[in-house]
Amino acid sequence: MIHVFAFYLFATLVVCSGALTILSRNPVHSVLWLILAFFNAAGLMVLLGAEFIAMLLVIVYVGAVAVLFLFVVMMLDIDFAELRAGFVDYLPFGMLIALVLLAEIVLGIGIWSAGPIELAQRAAPVNPEMSNIQAIGTLLYTRYIFLFEAAGIVLLVAMIGAIVLTHRARGGVRGQVIAKQNRRRPQDAVRNVNQPVGQGVEL
Amino acid sequence: MIGLQHYLVVSAILFVMGVLGIFINRKNVIIILMAIELILLSVNINFVAFSAFLGDLVGQVFSMFVLTVAAGEAAIGLAILVIYFRGRGTIAVDDVNRMKG
Repeated sequence: MIHVFAFYLFATLVVCSGALTILSRNPVHSVLWLILAFFNAAGLMVLLGAEFIAMLLVIVYVGAVAVLFLFVVMMLDIDFAELRAGFVDYLPFGMLIALVLLAEIVLGIGIWSAGPIELAQRAAPVNPEMSNIQAIGTLLYTRYIFLFEAAGIVLLVAMIGAIVLTHRARGGVRGQVIAKQNRRRPQDAVRNVNQPVGQGVEL
Repeated sequence: MIGLQHYLVVSAILFVMGVLGIFINRKNVIIILMAIELILLSVNINFVAFSAFLGDLVGQVFSMFVLTVAAGEAAIGLAILVIYFRGRGTIAVDDVNRMKG
């Protein structure tokens, strides 16, 4: 019973916050609704017994991606009212496309459930003795180790790409040159003057 | 009882919402990127639901790779957005075609 209640709670909240993400007027609110959607999707995944993916969703999406979005939205000084022009024009057509797509997908799910497709064999059957995270780790670090490393390379390329794209060399910036500082001697910079009384200092 | 179909329908609704978000926020790239994140989230829900109900762990492993790609895509997309804004002072995607060259 509690399972059913929790499912409907999470499902309703994830759908509502997804709708508010795309409909809200202020992009900062959009990001916050997106964060709520991620949290509720994580709840759905906990219900499914995929604790590791749920925690990953909270850490990666909420902790990194959503904060990155929030950062960019707040950093750029954009007139969002102007960007909303045409919202109402696109709405009917978009709704039409969305409804057709939804009907097709739900129809597809119905057909799929009418005649179940049986898998000949499981690629990696769930071992009931292992916890979820242990089983995923065993699979990820043995059979899928190359895919795992490829995922690491994808992240590395994304990181380098983001840095290369956004980095700019500013002209006219005087940086610190350590060697020049070390080469400087007291006789280059300091001068002893026997200053007569009543006269100004000559520089 | 909650079955696989319930999760699939939730994920389908979320997917369609992402597509709708791309349609109705044609000019605002930030919302379009968020809509893409919603689509990838729905794909992840699909993967994990099938993985749980078929008793096969590969779905969860694959959903991790989808997560990786989503994170990289968000980083690159926002970086492109930042340099586009720096050059033009706006993020309206109507005239992105002037970016070539």
